[in-house]
Amino acid sequence: MSYSEPRTLFEKIWSRHEILTRDDGVSLLSIDRHLCHEGSFHAFDKLKMENRTVRCPELTVAIADHYVSTSFPEKGNEVEALRVPIEKLEINSKDAGIRLYGVGSKEQGIVHVVGPEQGLTIPGITLVCGDSHTATHGAFGCLAFGIGASEVAHVLATQTLWQTKPKTMRININGSLLDGVVAKDIILHLISVVGANGASGHMIEYAGSTIRNLSMEGRMTICNMSIEAGGRAGMVEPDQKTFDYLKGRKHAPKLKDWDLAIKDWKTLATEPGAIFDKEVTVDAGEIAPSLTWGNSPEETLPVTGYIPSPEDEADISKRETLEGTLEYMGLTPGQKLTDIAIDRVFIGSCTNSRIEDLRSAARIAQGKKALVPAIIVPGSTLIKKQAEAEGLDKLFIDAGFEWRSTGCSMCVGMNGDITPPGERCASTSNRNFKGRQGPGSRTHLMSPAMAAAAAITGRVTDARDFS
Amino acid sequence: MEAFRKLTATAAPIQIANIDTDQIIPARFLKTPRSTDHGQFLFHDMRRGRDGNLSEDFILNQKEFKASGILVADNNFGCGSSRESAVYALHDAGIKCVIAPSFGDIFYTNSLKNGLLPIKLDRSIVQAIWKALASANSSEVEVDLESQTMNMAEAIRKRPQSVIETTKDQVTPSDKKKKMKYSDFIRSKQPTVPAKELNESLETTLSKIRRMYRNGKLMTFREWAEEFGEILDALG
Repeated sequence: MSYSEPRTLFEKIWSRHEILTRDDGVSLLSIDRHLCHEGSFHAFDKLKMENRTVRCPELTVAIADHYVSTSFPEKGNEVEALRVPIEKLEINSKDAGIRLYGVGSKEQGIVHVVGPEQGLTIPGITLVCGDSHTATHGAFGCLAFGIGASEVAHVLATQTLWQTKPKTMRININGSLLDGVVAKDIILHLISVVGANGASGHMIEYAGSTIRNLSMEGRMTICNMSIEAGGRAGMVEPDQKTFDYLKGRKHAPKLKDWDLAIKDWKTLATEPGAIFDKEVTVDAGEIAPSLTWGNSPEETLPVTGYIPSPEDEADISKRETLEGTLEYMGLTPGQKLTDIAIDRVFIGSCTNSRIEDLRSAARIAQGKKALVPAIIVPGSTLIKKQAEAEGLDKLFIDAGFEWRSTGCSMCVGMNGDITPPGERCASTSNRNFKGRQGPGSRTHLMSPAMAAAAAITGRVTDARDFS
Repeated sequence: MEAFRKLTATAAPIQIANIDTDQIIPARFLKTPRSTDHGQFLFHDMRRGRDGNLSEDFILNQKEFKASGILVADNNFGCGSSRESAVYALHDAGIKCVIAPSFGDIFYTNSLKNGLLPIKLDRSIVQAIWKALASANSSEVEVDLESQTMNMAEAIRKRPQSVIETTKDQVTPSDKKKKMKYSDFIRSKQPTVPAKELNESLETTLSKIRRMYRNGKLMTFREWAEEFGEILDALG
C-alpha cells in the first residue's frame, strides 16, 4: 500500500485495525489487548445472560486493583462487601481461562501501571479497558482508550469494537521546563488551557521537545489525564526511550520478534506535514508548579496563585457553579493558595505511583516529619519491592508517612481508603470531583513532590521552597 | 433497552457544568449488580445536604420535577469515569433523554447502549431552553425522534442534534401560524451574531491564521484564544 498524504501515528494504528466501516461511518476495530479489573463483572454478567463466551482469553488480562485493600491486601479486602467484586474477578477469569494478576500475585498492581510494567502495553496496538484512565498506555505509542461495560462485553465476546473515528488534536510543548516543574504540572496546565472538554471527540497526540525529554513515567502521567481534558485517548510517538523501557519485560516481544517489532515500531511516528484537526502549542517555560483548587481538573492555577472570585464571572450559570464550588471546597475568593491548610495527603494512583514519583516525594520527605496523615501507595507490587530495595519505605516511615500496599486506594473512594467528609486532601491522583475521594471530601491535585511538601507543612506548599 | 419514537416528559434544568459520573452515581454503589434498581443512587450525594437529608435546592427533589424524564444540563455532562452505572442510574430513575451542549465521550457511548438519548445542542440554545423552562407554565417537553424535533409548550420548535447549526431556521410550514420560528425565539431571548457577519469574521480569522502560518509564526494557544475567542464564543 502506498499513501500520498503524510499520516499521523493515530491514523496508522487505526487503519491497521479497521476491519470494516459501516455506511454511517462507524468502524469495526480489532482489539489487541483487553485489560479487565473488578468492575468488569457487569460485562461478564452480561455475557452470561446472553449465553456467550470469551472469544480471545489469551488477549485478555485481569488485574485486581479498584477494590483491593492497601492495609490488608492478603485478604483482598477486610470488608466482605468489598471483597465480593475481587472474588467475582477471580471466578470470571478462571471460568474463561483469562490470565489473572490477582491478590497475592507478584505482578499485581494498578492496571495502568501493570500493563506497561509487564510489557503488555507495546507500540502500535489497540488496547482497551473498562476504565477511563486507559489513555495512560498511549505513552507507548499505542491506541488505548477507556470503554463502558457494554463495550467491555462486546470486546470479551468478539475481540472487536465499533468505534466512530475520533478527530485528532496535537498538543505541542517545546522548550525547557522551569526548575521544579514536572509532568503532573504540565498536564494540569494543559487541561486548564484546553478545558475539561476541550479535547472531547478527539484523540490527543502529545509532541514537541519537552515531551521527548520526559521519561516514560512522565509521559504516562501526561497521557493518563487526557480524559480530564475530554480526550478518550492520548499518545506519544514511540522512540528509543520507549524501546529501552520495554526490552526484557515479561510479555514484550523476545529475540527475533523483538528486532522485527523495533523495525515496525520505528515506522509508526507521525510524518512531517501530517494534518491534525486541532493544534495547540504551549511554551514549556510558561508552566509553573500547579495544583487544582476546584472540582474540575481544569480549575488549575500555579502554586503562587489566588482563588478566583465569582464576581469576575459574567455568565450567570458559570458564576453560580463557581459559588457552589467555593462553598463545597470551603475556600474564599482572593485566598492565597499557599494559605490553604491540608488535612491529609495521598501519594499514589495510576497518575503518580511509579518509582520516579516515589523518589521525587522521598527527596522532599527525607529527614523531615509529616504534620498530617499521609499515605504512600505504590502503583504495583514490583514498584513497592523496588522502592523497598532503595530504602524509600524506611525513609517515608521515618518521616511519618504510612507505607501501604498497592491498589487504586484513595483515588477512587471505593476500597475503604477515603478522605473523611469536610477534610482536605493533597492528592497525586487525577480527579478533584466532588465526593471523588469519599462523600464530602475536598481534593487538590498536585505532583508527588508538592503533595509530600504539603504533608510536611500541613498546607499547600511550593515544593521549590524545599530544595 | 426500550425504544421510543416520541417522548413527552417533564424536563428539569440542571445548570451546572462538568457534572461527572462520580456525581451521577458515587463509586461506593458500583459493586451493585445491574438487576438492582439503580435509580435510588442517582445523584445520591448531590441531592442531599450535609445532614444527609434530601435538599429542596436540588431540582429533582422538587415536587414538580420528581418525575422528570428529560434533563437539560450544561457543558461536559457525564465527564470522567467510564462507569456505565451512571447511565443505569439515569435510566432506572426514568430519565430517557439528556440535552446538553457537550457530553463526556464515554458517557455518550454508554447512553446509546442503554436507550438513553443524549442530545447535543449549542450552548446558546440550551440557555434558551433553561430560560423558556423558567418562564413557561409547564415544564413538559416533547422529543420526536423521527422528525428530530423538540417541542415545548409555547415556543420551541427545532431540529436537535448535530444538524442544528445549519437548520436553525427550518420550521415546518404548518407550524408557522401557531408557533414562533425558532430563530425568532432565540433572537427575542438574546442577541446573537447574525450568520452573515459570523461568516465574514470567520473568513477574516481564517485568512489571518493562513497569513501567520505563511510568515512562520506559531501562536501559543493563549494568544490564539485571545485573538479568536470572541468568534469561538459566537460559534458556541
